[in-house]
Amino acid sequence: MKTLKTFKLGGIHPQEYKIAADQPIEVLPIPKTVDIPVAQNLGAPSKVVVKKGDQVKTGQLIAKGEAFISANVHASVSGKVKKVDDVLDASGYKRPAVTIQAEGDEWEEDIDTSGEIKKEITASQQEIVDKIQEKGIVGLGGATFPSHVKLKVPEGKTAEYLIINGVECEPFLTSDHRLMVEKGEELMVGIEILKKGLGVEKVLIGIENNKPDAIKHLSEIAAQYNNIEVHALKVKYPQGGEKQLIKALLGREVPSGKLPIEVGCVVNNVGTAYAVYEAVQKNKPLIERVVTVTGKKLEKPSNLQVRIGTPVKDLIDKAGGLPGDTGKVVNGGPMMGKALTSLEAPIVKGTSGVIVFPEEEANRPPLKSCIRCGKCVAACPMGLEPLYLAQLSEKELWERAEENLIMDCIECGSCHYTCPSGRPLLDYIRVGKTNVGQMIKNRGN
Amino acid sequence: MDKLVISGSPHVHQNTSIPKLMYMVVIAMIPAMLVSFYMFGLGALRVFLISVLSCYLFEYLIQRYLIRGPITINDGSALITGILLAFNVPSSVPWWMMVVGALVAIGMGKMSFGGLGKNPFNPALVGRVFMLISFPVEMTRWPKPIVSREYFSFAGMDDKILDTVTGPTPLGKLQEEGVEGISESSGYADMVLGQMGGSMGEISAIALVIGGLYLLYRRVITWHIPVAYLGSSFALAAILWFADPTQYADPFFHLVTGGLILGVFYMATDYVSSPISAKGQIIFGVGAGVLTIIIRVFGSYPEGVSFAILLMNAATPLINNRFKPKRFGHKPAKAA
Repeated sequence: MKTLKTFKLGGIHPQEYKIAADQPIEVLPIPKTVDIPVAQNLGAPSKVVVKKGDQVKTGQLIAKGEAFISANVHASVSGKVKKVDDVLDASGYKRPAVTIQAEGDEWEEDIDTSGEIKKEITASQQEIVDKIQEKGIVGLGGATFPSHVKLKVPEGKTAEYLIINGVECEPFLTSDHRLMVEKGEELMVGIEILKKGLGVEKVLIGIENNKPDAIKHLSEIAAQYNNIEVHALKVKYPQGGEKQLIKALLGREVPSGKLPIEVGCVVNNVGTAYAVYEAVQKNKPLIERVVTVTGKKLEKPSNLQVRIGTPVKDLIDKAGGLPGDTGKVVNGGPMMGKALTSLEAPIVKGTSGVIVFPEEEANRPPLKSCIRCGKCVAACPMGLEPLYLAQLSEKELWERAEENLIMDCIECGSCHYTCPSGRPLLDYIRVGKTNVGQMIKNRGN
Repeated sequence: MDKLVISGSPHVHQNTSIPKLMYMVVIAMIPAMLVSFYMFGLGALRVFLISVLSCYLFEYLIQRYLIRGPITINDGSALITGILLAFNVPSSVPWWMMVVGALVAIGMGKMSFGGLGKNPFNPALVGRVFMLISFPVEMTRWPKPIVSREYFSFAGMDDKILDTVTGPTPLGKLQEEGVEGISESSGYADMVLGQMGGSMGEISAIALVIGGLYLLYRRVITWHIPVAYLGSSFALAAILWFADPTQYADPFFHLVTGGLILGVFYMATDYVSSPISAKGQIIFGVGAGVLTIIIRVFGSYPEGVSFAILLMNAATPLINNRFKPKRFGHKPAKAA
């Protein structure tokens, strides 16, 4: 028997709780109003091109990404623009958003809303890149990096592999899993499009071994294509981190501070590949996505296809309503997601899941002194020493934190997860990264 | 639900805590404790009780009246120190020496540095070495297993009887009489089971290994220190033995005698006083193994485990500083 691939350094094995894994994707009815934040991606916010009182159609451009790293935003419902103002986003910050009052569901005419799978790729390489940019596609794995930027390989670098991330290593989340099982054909066309857009020959799809149905399904479809390999990976968090995934699949290490292209790779999430299919083949902008709504006490953990801008509350209601003992609601995975301040916060392009935690699991374990057990060091997938980085941050020794490679931290949370003393190592390291980042920036000026 | 809890990620945590880890260590020490009860009877029970109760008492008193901070005697670490200290003394040690040893272990070894997590040295070993140097006679009188147990009472043992039921440890014999001295001593099977003179907890290699495997299985400890420590001491002893078997004992003898196995699994692996990275732990283990054999073979003490581990404890900050984990995305040369 072949041993399954995985990354070497560090990593943890949290309990999986993939309780929604067998729930087929359901379409959530259109909400009454949507709040669509105009900055849903990594990089610069986009410029709003509609005003209060405008009538918009589903799929119409409402904010234009003008900077190099920015993305277009489209109306996810048809109706009337109620306001263009700041709303509370998932992190509890007020950010500019377009609020649309839904009236019917009238789509832009040029969008193909039929269910027919269109396999033939007619777009040229340049047309693919342009279409992905036009339709506001961003990385759906969580980082929301504009996808068209990834397809523009910097001068002097060559892309050798397109890597498709179907790892979904976060506990609880199953949206990528369902997408792979239910939309495999479309996904594979999306991968072919990305391949063409990028100009690479070889594609590797990485899926953790806890999703055998997805591995089997995609392997069968991949057999019809050239140079698309599906790899089953040993389950280990954070394998979905792109640096860990490249290491697992190819044994290559992305150098510190560099992007995957440095080792000839471009990584895209399965959700992104699906969105690319819809954008290029169906002319459909990124206005909806699959979101896992789950939690141990939730009546009906589900995978829902949701319009961007839908309030979190609607998803929870669909899943059976908020349990009475709820203590925390997390936007994203339990390892890297953010605790929500309000259930009115909108679903955005980067929302992969909504997880409801009961009260007894909402609070952190009690804080004790560090006993230097080294469990955080053993768990760190980047080979750092979280206990020292946290100490250096606490003492505001930014230079020494930099020397100890604090900027290499990918914020996966394995250190805090594994700490027997309940030390909030990642909290301190985040503060340190912010300060060290500022210090480096100032030095450059 | 009135309010949602807001905190940074991660939102799930491993089901672990300091007490949980500590009590697993205690569970792992049970087989060796049972062996000592069997071999030394009431004598062993007496020493265990005095040691553990004294450790609890001194930790409580110091936290309550000197530090005036939170009382953490329930975290299990005082219990471990108490058991380990008892493991490291002969069953005949007078009660008041045990109390002094516990005071030094907890007071000097741990609390004077600020408590659990701050101590550079293994507290039990600090106490043990203090006792060994201060009370050299009582600390090196070894009641014979089984033979001696019927003469023990809770008060200890009469000195006159004691002299008739004590004997040297295998390592002591080696020190005194050379390789010929150990050839007629008890066989390996007896030694592995615990039928030899020695400190209460160190005599049964098999019981200690069972507990050690449990700790590895439950991932309380990792393999790095035990493997490096056992491997290096075995290798060095083997080199010496190959060089001159008439002068040096064979490596298996070194493995099963004295406190080596006890040190390897339960004292060198102490979280607080050993290095944090896998690489550092291997350096630490190798250093302790080499020092142990050097002290045993060339030093004036027959046994070197305690000193070797304490010396490596002293080197731990340096090891942590110099030997960094393997970094992701850095060339090995740049890693330091």
